[in-house]
Amino acid sequence: KDNEEEESKEEESCSHQNRPSRRKNHQRENSSGEKAGVEGNRQRERGKKAPTKDQKESENKEKKTNKKGKDEENKQKTDRKNSSSSASSTSSDEESLSEEELAMLMEQVEQKKKLISTMRNKPWRMVKKLSVLREAQAFVEKFEGALGKGKGKKLYAYKMMMAKKWVKFKRDFDNFKTQCIPWEMKIKEVESHFGSSVASYFIFLRWMYGVNLVLFGLIFGLVIIPEVLMGMPYGSMPRKTVPRAEQATAMDFSVLWDFEGYIKYSALFYGYYNNQRTIGWLKYRLPMAYFMVGISVFGYSLMVVIRSMARNANESTADGDDKNFIFSWKMFTSWDYLIGNPETADNKFASITTSFKESIVDEQESNKDENIHLRRFLRVLANVLIICCLCGSGYLIYFVVKRSQTFSKMQNVGWYERNEVEIVMSLLGMFCPPLFETIAALENYHPRIGLKWQLGRIFALFLGNLYTFLLALMDDVNEKLAEEDLVKNITHWALLSYHNSSVENGSAATSPPLDPADVPRGPCWETTVGIEFVRLTVSDILVTYITILVGDFIRACFVRFVNYCWCWDLEAGFPSYAEFDISGNVLGLVFNQGMIWMGSFYAPGLVGINVLRLLTSMYFQCWAVMSSNVPHERVFKASKSNNFYMGLLLLILFLSLLPVAYTIMSLPPSFDCGPFSGKKRMYDVIQETIELDFPLFVAKIFSYVANPGLIIPAILLMVLAIYYLNAVAEAYQRANAELKKKMQMQREEEKNKRNNKASTNPMLQDLEDLFTPSTKRESAPKQAEDKKVESPNRTIPVEKQGKAAALDGSPMMGGRGAAFTPPPHVFMTQPPMLGIRMPYPGQLRPRGHLPGPVPGWGRGQ
Amino acid sequence: LFYRYRDLAPQLVPLDYTDKPDVTLPYELIGSMPELKDNPFRQRIAEVFSANGDGNMTLDDFLDMFSVLSEMAPRDLKAYYAFKIYDFNNDDYICKSDLEKTVNKLTRNELTPEEVSLVCEKVIYEADADNDGKLSLEDFQHMIIRAPDFLSTFHIRI
Repeated sequence: KDNEEEESKEEESCSHQNRPSRRKNHQRENSSGEKAGVEGNRQRERGKKAPTKDQKESENKEKKTNKKGKDEENKQKTDRKNSSSSASSTSSDEESLSEEELAMLMEQVEQKKKLISTMRNKPWRMVKKLSVLREAQAFVEKFEGALGKGKGKKLYAYKMMMAKKWVKFKRDFDNFKTQCIPWEMKIKEVESHFGSSVASYFIFLRWMYGVNLVLFGLIFGLVIIPEVLMGMPYGSMPRKTVPRAEQATAMDFSVLWDFEGYIKYSALFYGYYNNQRTIGWLKYRLPMAYFMVGISVFGYSLMVVIRSMARNANESTADGDDKNFIFSWKMFTSWDYLIGNPETADNKFASITTSFKESIVDEQESNKDENIHLRRFLRVLANVLIICCLCGSGYLIYFVVKRSQTFSKMQNVGWYERNEVEIVMSLLGMFCPPLFETIAALENYHPRIGLKWQLGRIFALFLGNLYTFLLALMDDVNEKLAEEDLVKNITHWALLSYHNSSVENGSAATSPPLDPADVPRGPCWETTVGIEFVRLTVSDILVTYITILVGDFIRACFVRFVNYCWCWDLEAGFPSYAEFDISGNVLGLVFNQGMIWMGSFYAPGLVGINVLRLLTSMYFQCWAVMSSNVPHERVFKASKSNNFYMGLLLLILFLSLLPVAYTIMSLPPSFDCGPFSGKKRMYDVIQETIELDFPLFVAKIFSYVANPGLIIPAILLMVLAIYYLNAVAEAYQRANAELKKKMQMQREEEKNKRNNKASTNPMLQDLEDLFTPSTKRESAPKQAEDKKVESPNRTIPVEKQGKAAALDGSPMMGGRGAAFTPPPHVFMTQPPMLGIRMPYPGQLRPRGHLPGPVPGWGRGQ
Repeated sequence: LFYRYRDLAPQLVPLDYTDKPDVTLPYELIGSMPELKDNPFRQRIAEVFSANGDGNMTLDDFLDMFSVLSEMAPRDLKAYYAFKIYDFNNDDYICKSDLEKTVNKLTRNELTPEEVSLVCEKVIYEADADNDGKLSLEDFQHMIIRAPDFLSTFHIRI
């Protein structure tokens, strides 16, 4: 993209500088001095097109009024045309009011405009492109003003000018946006060292960063800031204050690290928010905003992921012909032009060589005599083992979470007990994938399929872990809900008793003058959930960084420095340098994002933490990759897998939506913390807003819309639409496959015709036998042409002619030669792209490159 | 991009292009650019994009080259130029000798001649649609358009 931007800048600056010089050329060529004056004016004011155009138009109008009739005018015009025919068309300077000419002019202008817009795609040389572009631009500029009629001319010219300015503005804005994309240089560096596959991870990371930044902006701007600025400050309400019991330790680092203490009672977590309907002078409806932002986080993420998937799907063209072009693709597409580093280049050469050798070996050994049963048995065995592993890990997590619940009831818990859950999960994530890989060696799959299985298994591992974790968390929540009822009763009683006592005393105070820190607090289950997610995320971050540090950097240092005094060659042998684990990292990123989505409703600050994490991750991982990783030995195809990762992301998005939706719909919010406290269900806030804030008819509309009688048909309609679209897509795919098959069949037919003469038309066979070798040479290019045109019918009448000529004997040789020349011309009247090449190869080359590309490119269309 | 061009030979390239100077940079300078110096096909690339086919490039050629090799160039355009690059003898066909040269450049002569010949035969078998024993532009385009990673490998970021 940088290239394009710079190229366009360069082109503009070049053309800007060159335009006056070119105009000067025109000036010299022009015959009339007046024209030259106009042109000169135009040169100096490149941006101010309108006034000069007006000037020119007024001049032309004057000229017109001086003429007597239309005929004379036309004659003048043609005269002028003739006089300036020596110059290029841009220097002709006429104006006409006749209808056909106007239409023709308009058509020409449109043509030139189209040329300008498709200029980029044409395979011409840059010089030619620039000159044609300038010509077309000048032409368009000249005649656009002429197209308006009468008084509307000025307005038309003005509109055109505005349109052009708008286009220019859009282009500048696009350039600016391209410049704003961060880390382009860093990624380029990584790309040149490690190839496009590793760089694709970083591009994915950058994309995630963008998405998270938007989410953070949403949450921060619409939820956190209003509460902090306009809500009640810390300490004014029970929910916002650290309870008396905890205040002693609230500032300790260990407490803060666990996200208790002051952090727990801050805007980072759900519990801080007040349930006031409107806050501040803006009457900002915070609970409503909180709810809507929570929903829009999911909505925006969904939209962005699907848009990205659609874009990827567009780019990947037909992927049917995988088997057909293995060697060709290896030869022509294996070299990665992005490589700019000798070490990587060496690696690439080696990998290409190996890849060729592998394919050759594959090609040479035909059907391997293998034991299908043994292979199947091994695969089943491997799958069984892996399922056992997965179940084992699931149970382990469940057990550990249960244990942590009992721990939390105990008094002095060590650091290990408190963080056991996170540690276990991270360890599992670290050790199970290599275990899966070693078990998968039993399966003996093709590497690409093996990779997909591996990714699928790791995915299942993480999913299983996550859901077990969630289930354990749900138990916790239910417990807290039960506890809450108790506390509610206690508070109720306390209030009641105080009220009674105050009535007895005769004081007018209705609310107990209790310091907010002393009020008995209910367990705020939402905040607890939020804290759990934040802790999980933080520990995940730490584990990732430490793994990179130890697994890559320390290992690299060790290998580099200890190699001098070690028995075997560390660099080539056992530890050696680490390769960048693309799939592991991408999966880690995807799962991290899933956790963020799940937790962001209960801990608005979580997205901020994630943004920071992604930012530091970018720099840290770039550094780690450059300093301690080596490029891959095997080529990892970057293009096809991109949609695979997006698909995973989408799946995780849905899966993380489920728990949040469940809790919103069915769990009652805590009674004393959060923006929904006091309501029966969280979504009641919508009801409330509709009833109280909107005019009556809106409430009526909503009640009609929410009627099941309307919703169910709507859902049915959507299902039907999905089914219909699916059927249409399938039909297209089938048609596509049919066409491919047809093309394949035709190709095979031609091949067979060549290779296996017995199967061809017997008449053709006879003709071939009759021909002498010299005529066979003539027939060869023609037959090749026939194949291209794909109309074997044509050859028969022609060859019949030839046969007739041959039968007449040698005097007719010349005739036959003549008979052969018309057909090529016939073919040439067809799409010229196919016909021109074959018969006259000698003629083409002297003409040079320029005409050559056009037919070739046309073919590509 | 202009500054990259200029940096290759500051004394040859003027800053001011208004009088359209005819400045050509010799191939050695182009071939030593960091983006190209490790590419086994750099000589061919320079030859294809230079005006007179000898590898010396003017600014326009330079622009041309990087615009075709950029991310935004359309697939057909890239296929067309790729064909020209791999056509070593400039006869508008990729014949067996061209293929052999390509393979040897790609593997730095590590394959045995039989292996090289096998690979070339396989390529011709796979891609040659009109059965003339060599690849024409149409064959090549037809084959390369299907390749999933052609666009991502035939790309230089600058």
